[in-house]
Amino acid sequence: MPESTLAKKFGYSEKVMDHFKNPRNVGIMENPDITSKVGSVACGDLIKLYLKFDPDKDQIKDIRFESYGCAANIATSSMMTEMVKGKTIDEARKVTFKDISETLGGLPRIKLHCAVLSRQGLETAFLKYEAKRGRVKIDEGFVNKILRGVLDPIQGVDIISAKILESATVEGGKKISLGLNAKTDSELAKSLREDIRDAFEDLGIELDLKFKE
Amino acid sequence: MDNAETTKLDPVVFDCMKDFMVDKYGVPAGEFGYGLEEEAGEAIEQAREKIARRINASPEEIIFTSGGMESNNIAILGTARSNYNKGKRILTSKIEHRSILRVADILAAQGFEKVLLDVDREGFVNPANVKANVADARLVSVQHANQEIGTLQDVGGIGRIARENGVLFHCDAVQSFAKEKLDVQAMKVDLLSMSSHLIHGPKGVGALYVRDGVKLEPVLYGDDREKGLRPGTPNVAGIVGFAKAVELMTDEDAVRMRELRDELTKSLLAISDSRLNGPRGERRLCNNVNVSFRFVEGEAVLMHLDLRGLVVNTGSACYSQKLEASHVIRAIGGTLEESHSSTRLSLSKWTTGQDVAYATETVKQVVEVLRAHSPLARRASQGR
Repeated sequence: MPESTLAKKFGYSEKVMDHFKNPRNVGIMENPDITSKVGSVACGDLIKLYLKFDPDKDQIKDIRFESYGCAANIATSSMMTEMVKGKTIDEARKVTFKDISETLGGLPRIKLHCAVLSRQGLETAFLKYEAKRGRVKIDEGFVNKILRGVLDPIQGVDIISAKILESATVEGGKKISLGLNAKTDSELAKSLREDIRDAFEDLGIELDLKFKE
Repeated sequence: MDNAETTKLDPVVFDCMKDFMVDKYGVPAGEFGYGLEEEAGEAIEQAREKIARRINASPEEIIFTSGGMESNNIAILGTARSNYNKGKRILTSKIEHRSILRVADILAAQGFEKVLLDVDREGFVNPANVKANVADARLVSVQHANQEIGTLQDVGGIGRIARENGVLFHCDAVQSFAKEKLDVQAMKVDLLSMSSHLIHGPKGVGALYVRDGVKLEPVLYGDDREKGLRPGTPNVAGIVGFAKAVELMTDEDAVRMRELRDELTKSLLAISDSRLNGPRGERRLCNNVNVSFRFVEGEAVLMHLDLRGLVVNTGSACYSQKLEASHVIRAIGGTLEESHSSTRLSLSKWTTGQDVAYATETVKQVVEVLRAHSPLARRASQGR
């Protein structure tokens, strides 16, 4: 295989290209304890993580990822899974997006958000895991944190910052109702429906999404 | 296969340029040229004639520029600053090249009214829509062939409407010039932009057709060369090479490219969950293929293809330095996903059936590799 001239143009390091060409821990996992999906199709930048834990030690026994995104998306997810596999939640939380980028030999500035996304996917997974174990209450605060991982496809920022989320109520930790500022038949609503449903996957929650007529 | 970005210089073109770079290094000096100057002057006039003939224009109606972008700027700014009529509206389409849209933005900030015409799902501007908006326009600017999806506009239909309404009509023909038939008389074009480097000519040279009688205000000021519209020392070797490249691009080349284009399109569409962007057949540029592959992102596709020695282009936001998705795919009503995965392959006169087969096989492989790890592909296959 010839070396990539495109990689040079983009400023991708050898390590980035290595993880892009041979991603570690890639592909679906059977029976994960928790999944998390962050990013969006519309942004062209999305990852889904699968995690298995040792419940006694809160240790990441296994972690895998799937990707829809650019070379940096694939490489950062791959590197992140390598860096946190076998760590406890507390240890893994100390890995920052900068650590991921640095271990990859640096990322082009416009691709740093990929490292942020993979790190955010991990945080979301931990939060869902804690909620599933009953250590975190499923309340408005929880919902807010989860929705920080759902992006407005047009602006590329989370739907809370983009002021798309208008209201959020939680009933008994089981039912979540969200008011969303998007027309019910729009492309935006279609993308949000899917992304929000995935965001709360594995928690046994009933979702009620209200869009504008 | 990225010949819509640029092409490789034809060695025959280079040969005839060399002379004008090394030995015949003069520049035309005007009326009293002799020796080297005369040689250069003659060469330029011969080139002018060849290019004029290709679009059914007179040699006096051709001015040489530094390329398509400069031609576009001279045409649009030159019209806006002229007194052609009092119209304040610049009418163009949503899928024009950035150099047109950018100039239109600048003019809008200076008090002109910018109107961007919609296009249909295949990228066509409806001439009726031009008619509805042409009143009060200073200029209509619609391209011949689209740079991403190859749509060939009904230039004649649009030209007729502009002419009937006393509005100047500029056509950006950078992608199609010398590949597709162009007749400025029949198509009622007033201004036409052309470029050399997309037809195996040298870079840094292009031309603008300015219909006899159309008076533009210059964008650059200096001497009276190129009717004062493009002053400065002419790029003699470049101009000579440009004309040679035009001469070497034949109808047979276009026919062969069209056949290979259709072959490539057919085999790429055999990949599941793919969609052709732009029209088919005679109304599509002869060397353009653009397909979106669902569930994969274009930059990753490009990177994998590049590792396998195949260079293509994509409308993905991740590939653009501004992280913006293709304005063309969005304008034809494509989803953001379709723009992120749009993959453009553009042929050259040297592309062979073997190249097409290799491209097909490689693209197929890469799409499979990426889909194997795409949560979207998995979900779609589970849903079936």
